[in-house]
Amino acid sequence: MTEQGVGASLLRKEDDRFLRGRGQYVGDIRLAGMKDVAFVRSPLAHANIRSVSAHEAIRGQVVLPADLKGVKPIVAVSGLQGFKASEQPILAHDKVRQVGELLAMCVADTRAAAEDIAAQVDVDLEELPAVHDMLKAREPGSALLHEHWGDNVFLETFVDVNFAAALDAPIKVTREISTARQNMSPMEGRGTVAYWDSRMEHLVLYTGSQMPHIVRNGLAECLGLDQVQIRIISPDVGGGFGYKGILLPEDICLGWYAMRCGHPVRWLEDRRENLTAGTNCREHHYRITGYADRDGKLRGIDCEATVDSGAYSSYPFSACLEAAQVASILPGPYDFPSYRCHTWSIATNKCPILPYRGVARTGVCSAMELIIDAIARECELEPHEVRRRNLVRPEQMPFDNITKKHFDSGNYPEALDRAIAAIDLPSIRVRQKKGEADGRLIGVGHSVYCEQGAHGTSVYAGWGIPMVPGHEQATARMTPDGGLELRIGAHSHGQSMETTLPQVAHEILGIDTRKIKLVHGDTEYTPYSTGSWGSRCAVMSGGAVATASRELAGLIKKIGAHLLQTEVDSLELSGGQVHGANGSVTIEEIAHTWYRRPQDLPAGVDPRGLEVTIGYKPQRDSGTFSYAAHAVVVAVDPEMGDIEILDYVIVEDGGKLINPMVVDGQIYGGLAQGIGTALYEEMNFDASGQPLASTFADYLLPGPTEVPAPRLDHMETLAPYTEFGVKGIGEGGAIAPPAAISNAVNDALRGYGVELLRSPITPRRVLEAIQRSQHNQPARQLQGAVA
Amino acid sequence: MKPVNFDYARPKDVAGAIALIGDESRTVKVMAGGQSLGPMLNMRLVQPDLVVDITGIGELKAVTDQGDRIVVGACVTHADFEDLRVPDVTHGALPSVASGIAYRAVRNRGTIGGSLTHADPSADWISILSAIGASVTVAGPAGSRTMSVEDYMLGALEADLRPGEILVSVSIPKLGHGARWGYYKSCRKTGEFAHAIGAFLHDPERGASRAVIGATESKPIVVAAATAFIGDGQGDKPAKGFDANATAKLLEASGMVDQIDRQTHVVALRRAIERAYPA
Repeated sequence: MTEQGVGASLLRKEDDRFLRGRGQYVGDIRLAGMKDVAFVRSPLAHANIRSVSAHEAIRGQVVLPADLKGVKPIVAVSGLQGFKASEQPILAHDKVRQVGELLAMCVADTRAAAEDIAAQVDVDLEELPAVHDMLKAREPGSALLHEHWGDNVFLETFVDVNFAAALDAPIKVTREISTARQNMSPMEGRGTVAYWDSRMEHLVLYTGSQMPHIVRNGLAECLGLDQVQIRIISPDVGGGFGYKGILLPEDICLGWYAMRCGHPVRWLEDRRENLTAGTNCREHHYRITGYADRDGKLRGIDCEATVDSGAYSSYPFSACLEAAQVASILPGPYDFPSYRCHTWSIATNKCPILPYRGVARTGVCSAMELIIDAIARECELEPHEVRRRNLVRPEQMPFDNITKKHFDSGNYPEALDRAIAAIDLPSIRVRQKKGEADGRLIGVGHSVYCEQGAHGTSVYAGWGIPMVPGHEQATARMTPDGGLELRIGAHSHGQSMETTLPQVAHEILGIDTRKIKLVHGDTEYTPYSTGSWGSRCAVMSGGAVATASRELAGLIKKIGAHLLQTEVDSLELSGGQVHGANGSVTIEEIAHTWYRRPQDLPAGVDPRGLEVTIGYKPQRDSGTFSYAAHAVVVAVDPEMGDIEILDYVIVEDGGKLINPMVVDGQIYGGLAQGIGTALYEEMNFDASGQPLASTFADYLLPGPTEVPAPRLDHMETLAPYTEFGVKGIGEGGAIAPPAAISNAVNDALRGYGVELLRSPITPRRVLEAIQRSQHNQPARQLQGAVA
Repeated sequence: MKPVNFDYARPKDVAGAIALIGDESRTVKVMAGGQSLGPMLNMRLVQPDLVVDITGIGELKAVTDQGDRIVVGACVTHADFEDLRVPDVTHGALPSVASGIAYRAVRNRGTIGGSLTHADPSADWISILSAIGASVTVAGPAGSRTMSVEDYMLGALEADLRPGEILVSVSIPKLGHGARWGYYKSCRKTGEFAHAIGAFLHDPERGASRAVIGATESKPIVVAAATAFIGDGQGDKPAKGFDANATAKLLEASGMVDQIDRQTHVVALRRAIERAYPA
C-alpha cells in the first residue's frame, strides 16, 4: 500500500467543495430565461378522472393530459413468470391510483407563481374505494387498481426445497413480523432542469441521478427520441439511496415541454412532494415459522412474505424487486436443509415502492433475526449460540446456499464472536440482574446479515427487468502533461468515487491522485453503465478503472521502451516512472512525447496512444458477499416507552477496503438510516389512502442525538473473484440495525413475556405491549405505574 | 411550498402595529420569530394579504425589573433566556426550559410571545410559565388587558386576542428563597414537540404551589394548589406522596380518554416533582 493507493484513508477530494458550500446541485443551476414548474397532483388515492381543465387566462401555462400526444407511459416489466405489467401515465388521464399522481403541469416565472396557477386548475374526480392494506388487497373482493388484472397481485412466487423434512422438528416458532412503509429522505430531493440545445440538436436534461444512462434509455422510450437526441447530466447529487435511480413522470414532462417551449424549465421537488408523492419503500409483512432442534440447530424456515408495491411498477427496478428477492435472500447467512417461501407483490393505492438502501434485505434480516431470537427463547439458549450453530462456516466457503446463492468467502462466526466480545455480553447480563437505579430496563441484541453486492448479468438476466448490467466500462485517458482522466458511467451520490477511483488508478500507475480526475455524471462524456446501485461501484467501476489502468500502463511502457531504447518486457512502471536497465523516464515525459512531440515517436508506434476504454466483469458475476455482525445495548423506559441506544458495535467484512475512512462513513450513514427504520420512520396512510405525514414534524428521522457513535471493527477476507478482493458494502449499514435493536428491546422486555415485532418500535408500541402483558398477568405491577 | 404573494410591514411601535392589524379589509398575520408562521406560509396553510413583522418594535424586546417581577417583551427570544440576557429570577427554571426548546436555530429567532400566541399545546413556554404563575399583557384599540398565562391560551392554536390586539409582554414573578421547581417533557427525539409535559413549582415564601400537565390535546391542566401531590413537602422525597391514580382521574375527567396518554402524562408530572426534589 502506498499513502495514496488502495487501502489508504485518503481525505475526500469532493469535500473541498461540499464543505465550503460550493457543490453544484440541480437547484444551483441557473440558465437564462429559465422558468419554474409546479405540478397539479391528485388529492385522492383512487378515483376516476371526470375532467382536468384550465381556464382561458392560464391555459397557455398549463400542460394537460390531452396535450401529451404520442408520449408513452412508463412501463417496467419483469421477465419473471406471471408478472402483471402496469402503465404509469405521465399525466394521469382515466384514473388516479395514488395521492400525488400528476394531473397537470404549470409553468411560470417563479415557483410561487406556478403554484398560483396550479391552484386554479380545475380537477373533477370521482372517488373510488382505496386499496390501502396489502393483506386485504390480496383477498378476493378487494377493490382493484388495474381492473384488467382481475386481482391486485403484480407477482406471486413460490419456492419449496425439501420443506416437508422439517415438519417433525421439536421446536416450531411462528411470528408475524413487519416493517413500516418508509420514505427515503435524501437531503436533496429530486430536481430536473431541461432545455433543447439547438446547436447540438439534443435535449439536455439535468437531473440528480444515480444512473444517467438508464434515464436516457427510459426518456428515449417514452418520448420516442433517438438516444443521440438526449444528453443526461447528473451534477452533484445530495443523497440518493435508490430514489435517484428511478425514472419519474416529472422528468418526461419536463423533457417533452423543453422541446416545445423555447426556454429552459425547472422542477425542484419540495419536501411535501417528496414525502407524499415520491419515495415510498420498505413495507414488508412476514408470517414466518422457524423449525429447529432443541439445541437450536435450524431444521427449516417457512415463510409467507407480502410486500406493498404501491400503484405502479417503477422504472427500471420494477414492482417485484423486493418481494421476489425475499424468497432468495431470506435464508441470510444461515445454512439449513429445508425451506419454503411464498411471496406476493401487491398493488395498492400508494406511491410505487422503490429500492431503498439495503433493498429487501432490511425486512428480510428483521424477519430472520427476530425468528432466530424467538427460537433461542424457546430453546432457552443465548441467541448468539443459536446463530453460531447455524451460520455458514468458513471451511464451507465458497458455499452455495439453499437458494443457490454463492457465498464467495468469509468467516461469519468470527464476526459474531468479535461483536459479542466487544459488546461484553457477560457484563450486560450481570448489569441486567442488578437492575438500573432509574428503573429503565437494559437489553442486548444482535443480528448478522450478508449483503450480495455487484451482482451482474447472470443474476439480472433472471429478473428480466429493463436494466441488466453487463461489462462495466471505464475510460482512462492521459492528458498531455501527464495527468489522467478517468471516465465512468456510474455516478456518485455520496460514494466518494472522485477520491477512491483515483486511488485505484494510482495503485497501478503511480500517478499522484491530485493529477487524476474522475469524469462522471454525463452521458455525453462517459461509457454506458447501469449506474450506481446494488453496492456495485467499488467492485465494478473500481474493477473497470483497474483494468483500464493496466491497459494504459502497457501503452505507457511501449512508448517508454522507445524512449529508453529497450525492450518493453524489461520495463517496470512504478512511482510514476518507467524504469529500465539503462535509466528511467517519467510518465509526464511519455505523455508529452505522444501528444506534443510525435516527431520523436517511431513510425510503428501503437496508434491507440494513451487512451483506453475497456470493460470489466469479476471472474464470477454472482456477486460479492460482504457481511457484518451488529450488537447493541439499549435502555427501555417502561413508563414512557422511550428507547435509548447505549452502545453499538459493528464488525464488518468488506474484503479489501479501497479507502477505509470512506467505508466507515458508509457504515455510519447506513446505521443512521437503520436506526430510522428501527425506531422512528413510518409513513402511515388512512383508510382512504391519504398519506398522514407531509413534513418532517410528522415523519421523524433520527438526528445527531439519536444516532450513537458506533464502535467499528473490520475484518478483511478478500473476495476471490474481484480486483484487489474488494466487496460491495454500500448498503450494509442500513440492513442490520432494525433486527439488532428489536432483539435488544425484546431482551429488555423479556420479563414481561412480550415481543415487539413491528418496526418502528415507537414508545406507544412499547407501552401497548407492556399493557397487554399486564392484562395477561395482573399480579405483575410496575412500581409507580398507573393502573 | 412557496407562500402566496403578500404585503409586508415592519412597524416601529406598538401603536403602528395595532393600526395595521386593525385593518379589517385585509387578512393580516402577525409575525414575531416566524418559526411556526414561516412553514405555515410556505405550505399555504395561511394565505395573508399582509404580514406585520413586530420584531422592529423596541418595546417588545425590552426587559424591565419591577421589584417582585420582571416584565419581558413579547419578542424576546428563547435564546435570550437560555443565554441569560434575560435575568434569571426563577432559580434556573426558565433558562433551563428555554435551552430545551426545539433546536438552537429555532431558539435564536423564536420568541416567547410568538410561542404563547401560537398556542401549540405541546410547546414549552405555556406549561412552564403556567407553573411559575406568569401573566401576559395584550394591547389593542380598546387599551390593555392583563391575564394569567393559562387564561391567555383558550385552546389548541387559540389565544385570547380580540380583533386588533397583540401580545406585548409577559410578567414573570421572582421566585422566593427556597422555591423548588421541576420540569419533564417526553419527546420522540431532541427538538421535537413534546408528547407529555409535567411542570411543578413549590414556592413557600410566595405561598405558591402549582402543578401543570401539558402537551395535552388542548390547554395545559393547571393545579393551583399542588401541595396535594407532595404531602407536606417536608420529607426527603416528597414525590413518594404522589398519587398517580388521583392524577390519572384528573386527566380522565379533563377528557383524556387514552390510557397510555394518561400514563405518560402522569409519569411526566411525577418526574417533574422528583426533579424538584433530587435525591
